[in-house]
Amino acid sequence: MNLSKAKFWGYKRENGRIGVRNHVIILPVDDLANAACEAVANNIKGAMAIPHPYGRLQFGADLELHFRTLIGTGSNPNVAAVVVIGIEEEWTKRVVDGIAKTGKPVCGFGIEQHGDHDTIMRASKAAKQYMQWASELRRVERPLKDLWVSTKCGESDTTSGCGANPTVGNAFDKMYPHKTTLVFGETTEITGGEHLVAARCRTPKVRKEFMAMFDRYQEVIDRHKTSDLMDSQPTKGNILGGLTTIEEKALGNIQKIGRKCLVDGVIDKGEVPSGPGLWFMDSSSAAAEMVTLCAASGFVVHLFPTGQGNVIGNPILPVIKLSANPRTVRTMSEHIDVDVSGLLRREMTQSQAGDALLDCMFRTANGRLTAAEALGHREFVLTRLYESA
Amino acid sequence: MIHFVVHDEHDSVGVVVVEGVKSGQRLTGWIMDQDKQIRVSAQNDIPIGHKLAIKKLKADDTVIKYGTDIGRTVAPIKVGEHAHVHNIKTKRW
Repeated sequence: MNLSKAKFWGYKRENGRIGVRNHVIILPVDDLANAACEAVANNIKGAMAIPHPYGRLQFGADLELHFRTLIGTGSNPNVAAVVVIGIEEEWTKRVVDGIAKTGKPVCGFGIEQHGDHDTIMRASKAAKQYMQWASELRRVERPLKDLWVSTKCGESDTTSGCGANPTVGNAFDKMYPHKTTLVFGETTEITGGEHLVAARCRTPKVRKEFMAMFDRYQEVIDRHKTSDLMDSQPTKGNILGGLTTIEEKALGNIQKIGRKCLVDGVIDKGEVPSGPGLWFMDSSSAAAEMVTLCAASGFVVHLFPTGQGNVIGNPILPVIKLSANPRTVRTMSEHIDVDVSGLLRREMTQSQAGDALLDCMFRTANGRLTAAEALGHREFVLTRLYESA
Repeated sequence: MIHFVVHDEHDSVGVVVVEGVKSGQRLTGWIMDQDKQIRVSAQNDIPIGHKLAIKKLKADDTVIKYGTDIGRTVAPIKVGEHAHVHNIKTKRW
């Protein structure tokens, strides 16, 4: 597929970024605000609440990450407007002010001194206005470089490394020369292939930063592990699918960055890349945590290869699933957007598989719902760094 | 028909990509990087996605896949034998 003139239809936001969805979200600052957010989303049709279990008594870097993830979620160009609700005014305002920097419509409500009823009423009035305003926004045609694409694999098996992950790699190799912004991560899941990623870093500085993130995460594992992690990394599902060691899983995982792209920089969890290219995000390998962080970093479409059949979705980031496992595409077909099992029968070349994925990516960007969106998968999982105070 | 795939000709293992491989079955493998074919007889029933050895391995040998070290053997493995957590372990963690 020649991508030099490739375009997609997206929503141009106030800050110039392009989204491929037009969500109005009702965003809780904390667990206590979930009920009010869900009530508002129930009142106002089309608005979406994003409940989560955290936001109280966090501190330090863990609290910073909480705010960065919520503000990033609201700031994502797939979101047209945001109603923020929290138990307290001040932390609510902090999230509102962070999102407001994008220029998009956002307002916040603290529950204390008002109660749920009054808060829900006022928040519902704001959400109704946002929904009606957003419903009149129209898509515009944009070049491929405006599409930010993330990847992370899940419920991997050996077919991931032979088929689905190299398909993402092929698509990344084809997009990379066109100044697209791309991201991968899963720090522990590079264990055994870290030297290969290090060799792909564009500069010694990037290599050093990548290795520092890698080494830090290894220390976390060493500090807390009680075994060789054979029940967690690889997971029971990975092992059932034939993956034996973390090294094997990692070598399959890094097929997603293709054979040509270079790693142009590294970002911390939920940070926004400062330019185009391929970025490494220091992140958990747990699917929903990583995809949530990709959304918080501003990515608007996600490529998710699976072997045994992960069912993940995200509230604001369309998650496109592909699999090369013929059993998975037969038994879990409702979850698979792109079937690349032909690769392992030699009925399809790697380049044809990459093109099939890119074709699905453009259709998704233009508005086609992914399997996960149609099925209502909205996994939103905040990464925690340590205990609350 | 391809029963298993191998990433690189120097690899010690391949991946079964069809369902229902039985012990004794003659299998055809495709080495992807060099685009070559090889033949191996399965020594066990091997589920789809699981590995078989394509080279004879002693205990404590390094197992190569993707042309790279993926761990060590903890038991000898014959050509065509199921290669998984019962005879291969990580070198990390």
